[in-house]
Amino acid sequence: MQHGLSAEHEELRRTVAEFARDHVAPVIGDYYEREAFPYDLVARMGRMGLFGLPFPEEHGGMGGDYFALCLALEELARVDSSVAITLEAGVSLGAMPIHRFGSDEQRETWLPRLCSGEALGAFGLTEPGGGSDASATRTTARLEGDQWVINGTKSFITNSGTDITALVTVAAVTGKRDDGAPEISMILVPTGTPGFSLGQRYSKVGWNASDTSELVFDDCRVPRTNLVGRQGRGYAQFLRVLDEGRIAIAALAVGLAQGCVDESLRYAAEREAFGARIGSHQAIQFKIADMETRAHTARLAYYDAASRMLAGEPFKRQAAIAKLVASNAAMDNARDATQVFGGYGFTNEYPVGRFYRDAKILEIGEGTSEVQRMLIARDLGMPA
Amino acid sequence: MNIVVLVKQVPDTATERKLTSDDKTLDRAASDGVINELDEYAIEEGLLLKEKHGGEVTILTMGPEQATDSIRKALSMGADKAVHVSDEALHGSDALQSAYALSRALGRIEFDLVVLGSESTDARTGVMGAALAEYLGVPQLTLADKVDVDGQAIKVQRLTDYGYDVVEAELPAVVSVVEKINEPRYPSFKLIMQAKKKPVEKLTIADAEIDAARVGLANATTETVDVAPAPPRAAGTIVKDEGEGGVKIAEFLAEKKFV
Ligand SMILES: Cc1cc2nc3c(=O)[nH]c(=O)nc-3n(C[C@H](O)[C@H](O)[C@H](O)COP(=O)(O)OP(=O)(O)OC[C@H]3O[C@@H](n4cnc5c(N)ncnc54)[C@H](O)[C@@H]3O)c2cc1C
Ligand SMILES: Cc1cc2nc3c(=O)[nH]c(=O)nc-3n(C[C@H](O)[C@H](O)[C@H](O)COP(=O)(O)OP(=O)(O)OC[C@H]3O[C@@H](n4cnc5c(N)ncnc54)[C@H](O)[C@@H]3O)c2cc1C
Repeated sequence: MQHGLSAEHEELRRTVAEFARDHVAPVIGDYYEREAFPYDLVARMGRMGLFGLPFPEEHGGMGGDYFALCLALEELARVDSSVAITLEAGVSLGAMPIHRFGSDEQRETWLPRLCSGEALGAFGLTEPGGGSDASATRTTARLEGDQWVINGTKSFITNSGTDITALVTVAAVTGKRDDGAPEISMILVPTGTPGFSLGQRYSKVGWNASDTSELVFDDCRVPRTNLVGRQGRGYAQFLRVLDEGRIAIAALAVGLAQGCVDESLRYAAEREAFGARIGSHQAIQFKIADMETRAHTARLAYYDAASRMLAGEPFKRQAAIAKLVASNAAMDNARDATQVFGGYGFTNEYPVGRFYRDAKILEIGEGTSEVQRMLIARDLGMPA
Repeated sequence: MNIVVLVKQVPDTATERKLTSDDKTLDRAASDGVINELDEYAIEEGLLLKEKHGGEVTILTMGPEQATDSIRKALSMGADKAVHVSDEALHGSDALQSAYALSRALGRIEFDLVVLGSESTDARTGVMGAALAEYLGVPQLTLADKVDVDGQAIKVQRLTDYGYDVVEAELPAVVSVVEKINEPRYPSFKLIMQAKKKPVEKLTIADAEIDAARVGLANATTETVDVAPAPPRAAGTIVKDEGEGGVKIAEFLAEKKFV
């Protein structure tokens, strides 16, 4: 059994933790309250190479692995989830499909800018009519000569509406399969393509310093060569992207859960009630012990899923388990941390208020907790 | 241009620091070691100069075995190689002795410029730049917040209480930097991975031809007569603004003879 991180992973973890403490923590509350996108922080994260972590050096990446990305996400989310989700969506949803399934030309054109953080990519799967059931995709792309003509609407797309968004990869129906089911493909649409516009801006409960937009495609034309991967393989391709993405979201959730422990430990040692530090009460100690336990076990779950994935072993079930337990841990810890902080926990003055608002989406995005349970049950051989 | 950046590992100022009771030195095992903060600015300046003028950046550290953590971080920021002087005999060396020892190690490296922090966060004597330049017989340009190199000429903006001086010298030279000079970069993962392959030369005092009789606690030129932990900070005075807060603050400052 191996125990602990490699020296390189540990140094990366420490570096990102330092960055989050010194540069994110002091300013993020203000961005959050203004619901503003933190361009400056994203640029700094870009210069640190975070957006290129799992990509090869030849395309401007850092030559690291997916686990390195997860560690960075965990340390960022320990301080703030908005910047963490911006990185997660930029890398694992925005750039990853191009890296995994794109043509050489697509890789050379897009990856260097995405890896540097100067540009962001987005991933458009969810539609107004449904997110969990990807076969309900209504957006269409039909071939006209050498062009795809795209029509439809996408909902809740992270990173799609920033000033530095360069592209979105959309899932669209491109025909009918032999069995009558819709054939789905992935198509890359650069920002600024005529016929591609932003719809409503959402007023969100959490992740308020991250960008989430609705996308509208109205006879939007892109070259035929903008197909990502193989025609008709879209469904399998985005399932792969989502399977990996679950490990990343689990890491992010563990970060939030651990951030709750950090904040609670500090506060419990300072705050006094009835003439004693609140941390001297067993009720508070047990709460914090439970929080640490959840964060720790969820971390082990995502480490396990990531190590299977990197070893080339099946990891679907473990990724779903990791996302399920980690998002539970984040929710439970956010609730408990807010309780430890009392009334101050319900204000925006302390990070735990933000943690509370940011935790819920983790049980919804990139597959709801119900969907994770469905995946686990199916992987155990139960009927669909 | 060959640049040597001096890097000292110091106890993390964010953690509690303790003194060892027996020989009045800092208990370095009791707290996490980090790169002396100003040395990160020195490294950044070295890297910026290298990016502009080419050449190599070498890290030079004198300190115990744990200092390899700081060396690794300096290499992860982008330095090319490192020299680590480590020897039991150096324990307890004071500022002058440290400068002597570092000057010996520098004698083995070809350099055009030595860059260092203007002071450390632990011993804080702030004399290293001057002492080292003296031992090396090269010009010292201290408290730099801007450095320009043009051929063999070096020009720095030297921060003073009233503004700044512009100071010029010929290379080779020693430059100590202040915080305003730049913003240190974070190591990228690519460089973190490359760092483990970069050469780190380990030197004992014998390797560096450092005279054992001129270093170490027993031979120190200064003696620490007594040490005491800093007293805990007293609670401050809070002035509540109920319409005359400004007056109260002015009175407070006048009473303390600040104005
Ligand atoms: C802030 C934010 C960012 C997002 N970013 C992106 C993005 O970048 N790209 C993207 O494509 N999408 C994104 N999404 C969309 C997100 O992935 C979907 O909201 C999510 O997958 C759920 O889909 P839905 O909202 O349509 O819910 P629905 O699918 O309508 O589900 C509603 C409820 O029914 C449950 N349910 C559905 N089917 C079953 C079943 N068979 N059995 C039991 N329960 C079931 C669900 O679990 C859920 O509780 C984002 C969403 C948010 C809020
Ligand atoms: C009596 C006494 C006992 C001491 N005992 C010990 C001891 O046991 N162990 C110990 O580690 N230190 C000990 N020190 C401190 C050690 O000698 C300091 O490294 C030395 O005094 C340099 O002074 P400074 O840190 O104040 O330099 P400053 O002039 O404040 O530092 C300026 C810059 O010099 C460079 N620099 C300083 N020291 C080093 C170094 N060692 N390697 C590389 N670059 C450096 C850095 O770039 C730093 O930013 C002792 C000091 C005294 C006075």
